[in-house]
Amino acid sequence: MTKPLLDVRDLRVSFSVRQAGAMPWSRPRNLQAVGGVSFTLRPGETLGVVGESGCGKSTLARALIGLVPATGRAEWQDGADLIGLSARQMMAYRSQIQMIFQDPLASLDPRMTVGQIIAEPLVTHQPALPRSQVRDRVKAMMDRVGLLPSQINRYPHEFSGGQCQRIGIARALIVEPRLIICDEPVSALDVSIQAQVINLLMRLQADLGLSLIFIAHDLSVVRHISDRVMVLYLGKVMEIAPARDLYADPQHPYTQALLSAVPVPDPAHDPAATVVPLKGDLPSPMNPPSGCVFRTRCPRAAPRCAAEVPVLAGDRHQTACHFPGPFTPQEIARARATEAA
Amino acid sequence: MVIEHDKMRSLAARMAQPEVRGRSPWADARRRFLRNKAAMAGLVILLLVALFAIFGGQIAIWSNEELDFSVMGQVATMGHPSLENGHYFGTDDLGRDLFARTVQGTQISLLVGIVGAGIAVIVGTLYGAVAGYVGGRTDQVMMRTVDILMSIPYMFVLILLLVMFGRSMTMLFLGIGLISWLDMARIVRGQTLSLKNREFIEAARATGVSTWRIIIRHIVPNLLGVVAVYATLLVPLMILTESFISFLGLGVQEPLTSWGALISEGAGTMSYGTLWQLAFPLFFFVITLFGFFFVGDGLRDALDPKER
Amino acid sequence: MALLDIRDLSVRFHTHDAEVHAVSDVSLTVQPGETLGIVGESGSGKSQLAFAVMGLLARNGQASGSVRLDGQEILNAPPKVINRVRAEKVAMIFQDPMTSLNPYMRVSDQMAEVLVLHKGLSKRAAVAESVRMLEAVRIPDAKGRVRLYPHEFSGGMRQRVMIAMALLCRPKLLIADEPTTALDVTVQAQIMTLLSDLQRDFGMAMMLITHDLGVVAGSCSRVAVMYGGRIRELGPVGPLFADPAHPYTQGLLSAIPRIDTDEGELAVIPGQPPDMSRPPQGCAFGPRCAYRRGDCDHRPPLASFAPDRWRACFAPLAELRAGTETRP
Repeated sequence: MTKPLLDVRDLRVSFSVRQAGAMPWSRPRNLQAVGGVSFTLRPGETLGVVGESGCGKSTLARALIGLVPATGRAEWQDGADLIGLSARQMMAYRSQIQMIFQDPLASLDPRMTVGQIIAEPLVTHQPALPRSQVRDRVKAMMDRVGLLPSQINRYPHEFSGGQCQRIGIARALIVEPRLIICDEPVSALDVSIQAQVINLLMRLQADLGLSLIFIAHDLSVVRHISDRVMVLYLGKVMEIAPARDLYADPQHPYTQALLSAVPVPDPAHDPAATVVPLKGDLPSPMNPPSGCVFRTRCPRAAPRCAAEVPVLAGDRHQTACHFPGPFTPQEIARARATEAA
Repeated sequence: MVIEHDKMRSLAARMAQPEVRGRSPWADARRRFLRNKAAMAGLVILLLVALFAIFGGQIAIWSNEELDFSVMGQVATMGHPSLENGHYFGTDDLGRDLFARTVQGTQISLLVGIVGAGIAVIVGTLYGAVAGYVGGRTDQVMMRTVDILMSIPYMFVLILLLVMFGRSMTMLFLGIGLISWLDMARIVRGQTLSLKNREFIEAARATGVSTWRIIIRHIVPNLLGVVAVYATLLVPLMILTESFISFLGLGVQEPLTSWGALISEGAGTMSYGTLWQLAFPLFFFVITLFGFFFVGDGLRDALDPKER
Repeated sequence: MALLDIRDLSVRFHTHDAEVHAVSDVSLTVQPGETLGIVGESGSGKSQLAFAVMGLLARNGQASGSVRLDGQEILNAPPKVINRVRAEKVAMIFQDPMTSLNPYMRVSDQMAEVLVLHKGLSKRAAVAESVRMLEAVRIPDAKGRVRLYPHEFSGGMRQRVMIAMALLCRPKLLIADEPTTALDVTVQAQIMTLLSDLQRDFGMAMMLITHDLGVVAGSCSRVAVMYGGRIRELGPVGPLFADPAHPYTQGLLSAIPRIDTDEGELAVIPGQPPDMSRPPQGCAFGPRCAYRRGDCDHRPPLASFAPDRWRACFAPLAELRAGTETRP
């Protein structure tokens, strides 16, 4: 078995949040956005990361790319720990890991031409490259992502959302990275454009042998593009498994509830008959529940769940739950009854 | 192989296509600005005032220092504006040519305004952008410094400076330059804070672009709209400040003069029936202020991203 | 008689660069109690259609045509009439609940204000009715929480408060503009279930505007598919999903990845949506259409081709159906 491209162990990110109106010298409170996430990523593999807002998926992406400080280990294939690197040492890896952002227009500097935007990582990492070569490479990359090279002097506002996302992709690919972190890359796009961008990403990945970390809240898109999928809730991994297994046979109660809630574009499918409702609201990350973070909303919660933090167990299909397994019809009925009350 | 070859050829063809020119956000703003009638009128006024300041000296028959002994002592009757004796704007109370003095005053006032605003733009923008972008303790220290400087009554300091070190152009510029950038730094910092979290800045950081380069390449160009608008409003503010100092009698030194000094003199002799001594400098002063305000308004409308 | 009868509704926006044709010649009816889905991508004119019906167009927008609610003409009606209609017959909910909630007022005060103003209730009775409505949208501890401010509710709960507020005057028609787009899937499922329960209990009709075909399939009886400001296909949800009769509908359905099946590469609608400040001469979908033919330089009219089904396309149905089968 080949060495993983990225081996993340117990990655944690916390922010200190100052209470409004607190004295400047009082101790800020800690908000743990990512609470000990571990996973591996093989070369050429796509890992989907799903979860609802506030689950820490975007923070995880920013921690991996060094935009927010984190603790833990993130070992690159050559043995370097990305978390502990100084800014100077990190430079070498920055060209290996690139990112694609959610809002296509906002991620492009409105005052720069497309050519300047796409060239920026190249100019940063290979400052000695002659200008004419930079331009040629930018044009070739534009062609590759389906943009007309003749548009190199245009500005972002002259492009549609889908084209702007292609510019973002070209910018990420220009330095020939090995890993691309996609943070909700298609959620701001229309359905017909979304398919174009997903196909482009999948094709580029196959051609270039890239690894992708694909973060999205749309579970259908993630299923489509991912080899393996990781489910996050309140900064913790709930379940991680090959995509096919996870969608066909979800083990964690949260994954099951999440999957049941996805609308299906088929009138014959009755949502009322499939949805497993979750009770209550997402707890505040400032004050997470003891034990299993999901227990406050879990239809299957037991005293043990409050006392003991479940560990991620399993081989290929890993679940962090004391009582994994599919819901029984009685459980579903009970969950619906509590919801209706 | 043939297919590959064709593919390469079509790629080459696509690469060789003539590049389309882009429509930059600046070009858009320029187009909107040129369509704004009030702003264009303001710009024309400012141009005319500038031309007056630059070439007015060549039309003047008298210099700004010469005393016209023929009108001295009977200014109220002889010193009124006339084309015959070359005093187009009349003379001042001492019999000096008011036209030449207004030209010279305009030069000083515009210079003070532009230099003051220029210092504000350069120092204020960089200071604010660095404080806002770097953030944390650096930001705290830099902005508290600004707060402290702002809390000092600047007019008092300026007057003190001029009294202590003597009245000179250098001192005046130094004094005005010292205070003019504070507001700009604050405004720029606020704008930078909101820019800083935009995704395109994150994208640059993620790829490893250096802090200084991000400030120069991404932050500053995106701030220029706000800076330009504020700068056009700063110029009249600087002119007003200088005028006030001169009005107090602490501004530029005789025989040099400025709008403020001229207006002050004119106001002092109003009761002797020499109203032109007040009217001419005041006219230039007022139309210039209006010009700048109209241009500033036009710039704001042209650069307003909501319009896009 | 139809509850809502829209005839030849067009909406134009005058910007200083151009005239934008947001909605063109839309005719629709909504029957009492039914749910009509309006599907389209951004810029398709679906939201502007709703704004025109509600009389909420931006100041540079102009609507023409006819919109009748219960037989009464409401398009471009005087503000007094529109306000009455909005109070009594039709209500609207938005993607962002804060559009219709005042952050500086307690929920009890804003809800009671509506009832005092339009129904002439006393303040005490109005608050009691507000609590009943909050209970109807299943907000736990409604009595205690009615005194809170909007920001003290979570996203999903705030959506419920907005729905409760919209339903206060028991409207006959509820227009929901992307009501769940900003919400997480689990919350979205709850809100959609709630909306269909409320619709049944109150016997109101609903116009559901969304870009999500999954949401439409789960809750609508009829669907109108919009593209480039016009209706492209209109029909009952079952047949329309099973046998789409317009290339655009077909393309949309095959372009979305689905959670319940594995498939290879997604089918793609090539190209970009049209620029509605320069609408194309013929069919606006023409440049992206795989079934394009000579006639498409003229605008295809919306015509009935089967009972209760309408489409605006020249391509023969047989050809479309053959295309569906050979789709990967």
